[in-house]
Parts: sequence; C-alpha cells; structure tokens
Amino acid sequence: MNTMMLLEMAAQVMGDRIAVQCEDDRWTMQDLFTGAGRIASHFRGLDVENVALLDVSSPAVPLSLFGAGWAGLPFAPLNYRLTGDELDALLERITPAVLVTDSERAGHLADRDGLTIMRRDELLAIARGDADPVDPDWGMEPEEIAILLFTSGTTGVPKAAVLRHKHMVSYILGSVEFMAADEADAALVSAPPYHVAGMAALMSGIYAGRRMVQLPNFDASTWIGLAHKEAITNAFVVPTMLARIVDELESGAARVPSSLRALAYGGGKMPLPVIERAIRHFPDTAFTNAYGLTETSSTIAVLGPDEHREAAGSTDATLRRRLGSAGRPLPGVEVEIRDEEGKVAPLGQRGEIYVRGEQVSGEYKGRGSLLVEGGWFPTNDGGWIDEEGYLFVEGRIDDVIVRGGENLSPGEIEDVLHEHEGVADCAVVPVPDEQWGEGVGAVIVRRQGSEVSAETLQAWVKQHLRSSRVPQRIEFWDELPYNETGKLLRREVKDALGDG
Amino acid sequence: MAALKAGTRFKSAVCDTQVMVIAAPDGDLELTCGGAPLVDVTADAPGGEVAPDHKNGTQIGKRYVNEAADLELLCTKPGEGSLALAGTPLALKEAKALPSSD
Repeated sequence: MNTMMLLEMAAQVMGDRIAVQCEDDRWTMQDLFTGAGRIASHFRGLDVENVALLDVSSPAVPLSLFGAGWAGLPFAPLNYRLTGDELDALLERITPAVLVTDSERAGHLADRDGLTIMRRDELLAIARGDADPVDPDWGMEPEEIAILLFTSGTTGVPKAAVLRHKHMVSYILGSVEFMAADEADAALVSAPPYHVAGMAALMSGIYAGRRMVQLPNFDASTWIGLAHKEAITNAFVVPTMLARIVDELESGAARVPSSLRALAYGGGKMPLPVIERAIRHFPDTAFTNAYGLTETSSTIAVLGPDEHREAAGSTDATLRRRLGSAGRPLPGVEVEIRDEEGKVAPLGQRGEIYVRGEQVSGEYKGRGSLLVEGGWFPTNDGGWIDEEGYLFVEGRIDDVIVRGGENLSPGEIEDVLHEHEGVADCAVVPVPDEQWGEGVGAVIVRRQGSEVSAETLQAWVKQHLRSSRVPQRIEFWDELPYNETGKLLRREVKDALGDG
Repeated sequence: MAALKAGTRFKSAVCDTQVMVIAAPDGDLELTCGGAPLVDVTADAPGGEVAPDHKNGTQIGKRYVNEAADLELLCTKPGEGSLALAGTPLALKEAKALPSSD
C-alpha cells in the first residue's frame, strides 16, 4: 500500500486532466506521475532518510510528496514561517535529509551537515525534464511512513506525528470516491503544505480528479478574486480565513463567487456568528464542517450541507446549536467520550474524545504509539455527543479551567460571549484566583463601533450559564493572537492576562 | 494462494484487471478474475480467455467485497473479467455519498 498508487490510478484514467495549477504553471495527472518518478530517482541518488519541504504551496509540493512516496522516504513538510533556533531544532530531527525550498532560503541554509538543499526551480526542472520515465517500482509495505507532520507546538515543543501509507490510503479510500469530480470542477487550496489539511487536500483532489488551484499566501481579496477567475467549485478554509472572506464581502469590495458549490472548513473552532454570516452570503453553497487532527490523518467527522441549512434556518434551539457541532463520524471511524476514569460516558455528558479507525495513527516519532487498549486514540480534545450522535468539540482538555474543583470549559463560555452583538472575537482562559485556585478570565475584541462594557458581558454570561462561569476579569484587546493556520495562541492570552 | 496482506497487489491472468488487497480473512483464498486465479502483480500472466460467466468487468476505484464482508479488494486497473472468491462473484461495495471535506 502506497499513496503513489492513488496518483497512478488517476494518471491511468484521467491523465490529461489538470491536477494542479499555480498561477500559469499547470501540471496534468500524467505530468505529475511522470515527474514524481523522475524526482524519486533523484532522491534515491542522495544519501538521505527524509524528504523535507520548507516552502509555500506550488506544484513542487505534490511532486516532492509523491516523489518521496515513490522513493520510499518519509515526507516532512515544515512550517515556512519558522526561522532560527526553531527551524534548526526541527531540521536536526530529520537529517540526513534533502530539503526542498525557495532560492532565498536555499542560500541561508547551505552547507549544513546532513542537509542536501534542492531549490524549488531545480526540482520543477527535473520533473519537467527529458529523463526517461521511471517504471513504477515503489514499495507496497503499508507500514512505511508516508508523512512526518510536526504539530503546531502551541502547547510546547512540536511533536512529529507519524502518518503511514496505510493511514493516508485508508483516509482517502474511506472519504473520497475515485473520479468523483466533473472535469470542470476546481478546488482552491489555501491550507499550507505543513498542515494536515494541505496534505489531505492534495491526495483527495488527485483521487477525485479535481483540478487544484494553489493559493500560496492567503488574503481574502486574492482568494475571492481567484475563485472568480478560475470558476472555483470547491474550497477548504480555516475559520479565520472564512471570517476575513465574509468581512471582505460585507465591505462591498467584492462580489460573491457564484461558482462555489461546496465550502468545507475546519482546523479550529468556528464561531457561530461567522458561519451564520457565511451561510447568508453564500446561499447556494453547500457547507461542510470537517473535524480532525493531525494524528488522525485529517478529517474524522463531518457536519454536512443539509444539516447546515436546517440548523441555520431553524428557531429550534437544539437544531440551531447543531451548527456548532462537528457532525458525525466518517464511515469506518468510531468516536466515543470517556470520563476522567476512562469509562465510556453516557450521551450528553462531557469528557475526552476518543477515536479509532484505520486512518488513526496516534503515533509520534521517538515516542511510539499513544493508542490505548482496543486501538483507541485519546485526542486530548474535550467534547460530548448528543442524542442523535452529533459530536460537539469544546477544545483541548489542557485548556480546562479548574475553579474550586469544578471543571469549566472555555469553549462553552466563548460560545455564549460570541452570541453577544458587541463581541467580534473572544478567548476565555484561566486567571489565578486566591480563593478558587483558578478563575475565569476573558479577552474580548469588540465589534467595530461597539462600546460594550465588562459589566454588560458579565451579566450576559450570567443570564445564560451558571454563575461560576461568569468571567471575573475581562480585558478588551484590538485583536487576538492566532497562528497562521487559525489556531488561537491560548497560552499567550493566558500569560498576558495572568501577568496583568 | 498464501495469506493475504493488506497492500498486496494482484493482477488477472486473463485480462487487464489489477487489484490491491484492503482486507482479507486468514487462510487460503481461491481468488479469481475472469475465471482464472489471480497472480502476483509482478509475475508473467499465463494468458488465456476470460470465462464467459466471469465477464462482468471491473471498474477502477471501486471496491469489491465478499458476502461475509471480510474480504475487500480495490480495483486499481480495470479489465474485462470479474472477480470471484471460490467461484462466487464478489459484489461492488456501495459507496456512501460524503460531502467533500477537503
């Protein structure tokens, strides 16, 4: 089993379809397949153990991903925003390696022990070159490592999640129908290569036969412009991207791209008001919420288009709340909630989300498997499941506020704050408290023109939740710190509020 | 045929079909395509005719399962012959329609 097989099948049947396009550089499925073979030959000639990539999206990403799979080497896409010590620490963990990168970084990183630098343009030239096509000779061992993906490290030193070929192939076979896309379909790919959503998007797009248009650096106006220009039909965005796209549309600076049939989102918690506004602006678009983790080869549960429409148009509280749900598990994926003693919790009760299935890796390099008995992976995400099997995710368990022995979920309080018309964004974190150990702190970003006060918001929370949930401390900031894939940097908020 | 491991690839002896094992039960399995035993993907195909009662064809990207649902093969290359286990045709596994999530 090898992810190369997915590309081989696509090249066999849809060889002339455009697989990937970045600006005017277009690669058909056959181009990618032949190119991956040439790149594999090149990688094999180097004395390396990993193929790393430190670059934005371009056709070099699928070429090095599949070239690595063909050569039997793990592919490690690195966060291109890392510099200095952070980057050195990651490189040290994967050498000897070949590193695919742009010309500027290539200059900075030259002459390092165990690191062979390959410039992006060099790689593209080899892939496009005139070397004879290579006979398919990749290994089919399912246990081989396909991708090493460093987690974002918002809670400490980044861990390298190990995704084996069997995990990625299982994910694709379980979630994508081969050649499901029409020839005119096009997906806008704005998730970066070092995010599991970026990797999953490439493999899904190829297996479905959907032309992928890469957007290397996201901004809302470019995204909307490209959607119009390329008649984009499908896209995946993280919540911060969707919020900016909706802002851009509301400012009147851009028209809604009417070609967009399906918009999936994930990678972080979506504030209810953002998705509600998005649904209003894209009345003809099918929305899907995809919940997943790096360690589970991306998506494990989805909230589909029908549920979005039903929830958005409803006055029923249960239905409307479902808009904030992660939906139901994919076929072949099982999800359960366990309490603090590790026992399966009844429906409706909060606990830790456990998941199992063929696509679930739950393994970090150097740390081994974190799977517990029966093959279950403890996600470290808190959540609960409603009567009809809908999963609600409430954020990392580590983020829970323990106030006098009572566990408070920041997500629950944030949901209520987001519902207030004066709140554009918010983060709830623990603050030190002499009496309770920890208390509830909140940072609020006011909506433009709003003068909402701390007292008003405290009263608002008290009106909706038990009084222990009312933030004892509220600060107003101009913006919250997010990493580039839309993950809230909770620790920064907590540190800043704790010191204040 | 020896025990089948997930990821193992076979081809038809008598048509273009190629398959990959997704799941398989223990023990010897009499797997055929076009009426002739499947062979290792790297082996030379003995050749021959597709048997008339094993001629429903295979479709690329489709998964084929036995009745007990413990055997599952992915067709990676289509062909004229159809797949069978101990003479019983394998069935096309119905795809569940899923919204595109990435």
